[in-house]
Amino acid sequence: MHELAVTQSVLDIVLRHAKDAGAKRVTDIHIAIGELSTNVDDSVQFYWDIIAKGTIAEGAKLHFRRVPAELQCMACFEKYHPDDGELVCPKCGSVGAKIIAGEEFSLEAIDVEDQENS
Amino acid sequence: MTQRIPIVENILSANDRLAEENRARIESAGVFSVNLMASPGAGKTSIIEQTLSRLADKLRVAVVDGDIATSLDADRAAAAGAQASIQINTGGECHLDAVMLQGALNQLDLSKFDLLIVENVGNLVCPADFRLGTHKSVLIASTPEGDDKPYKYPGMYRGVDALVVNKIDLLPYLDFKMDYFQRGVEALNPGVVTFPVSCRTGEGLDAWTNWLAQNVKR
Repeated sequence: MHELAVTQSVLDIVLRHAKDAGAKRVTDIHIAIGELSTNVDDSVQFYWDIIAKGTIAEGAKLHFRRVPAELQCMACFEKYHPDDGELVCPKCGSVGAKIIAGEEFSLEAIDVEDQENS
Repeated sequence: MTQRIPIVENILSANDRLAEENRARIESAGVFSVNLMASPGAGKTSIIEQTLSRLADKLRVAVVDGDIATSLDADRAAAAGAQASIQINTGGECHLDAVMLQGALNQLDLSKFDLLIVENVGNLVCPADFRLGTHKSVLIASTPEGDDKPYKYPGMYRGVDALVVNKIDLLPYLDFKMDYFQRGVEALNPGVVTFPVSCRTGEGLDAWTNWLAQNVKR
């Protein structure tokens, strides 16, 4: 599985932004994961605890915001949520939809302390 | 004092940037490139062998093979007429990423080739998340896997530019419903170009190799 590579990417981005901000410590990390994104969440915290050791982000808590999937029918333009992976428009019955939301996998924000012992 | 810093950055952006570098490099050499993805046993290596037997006298083909271990697939590609075949052993990783492809490109003189075929690790989940920088992503499905695969692996099916359906010679012996399969494909990836083929009988393979050849700039 590729959680390790994913976690490493998160750490690289976090440390870069924390450094730019002159932060002394990173306490919280906010990640958005779309419902259709295949990347998992729980194990990322597990890897995090290992790979962030010795950095200013050691011990930071990861928070995951789940973004629900939203599809738009390409025939009647109805917007709908795909229940149980069913990809048929509930209004007109057509297959074929554009994904409007649910593929996100991004770092949204970090919480940092900008002074020692604050 | 605690302070929140908004970021909004794609977590795989580092890979995406490297993929763009790979693309620029392949593009500037005038090479057309494909990333072949499939589950284990769908016939990626057999498709490559059949492709080489049809194209190796017309085009100069390089094959990059990703596997968790062994160089069996790269050896098969070399035996089938690839002018270069490079094995990437991912050491347990479930997919190729842009860094690994970059390492393989460093071993190739791209100016000596027309077509670059990258064979990804057999897996319907992870390779879909990591762009490599190739021109086209191609999924090789096979009939024994079952007709429900588009529904179970939507991330893979919706992200590809072409679909090869291998082992169609087995259709009389399987409960594979082509209508149901194609309905799933059409829902996820409307109008995707599809090649039903059999590596065993050769059926449909000319259409596939013609598509590849047409994409190569001469």
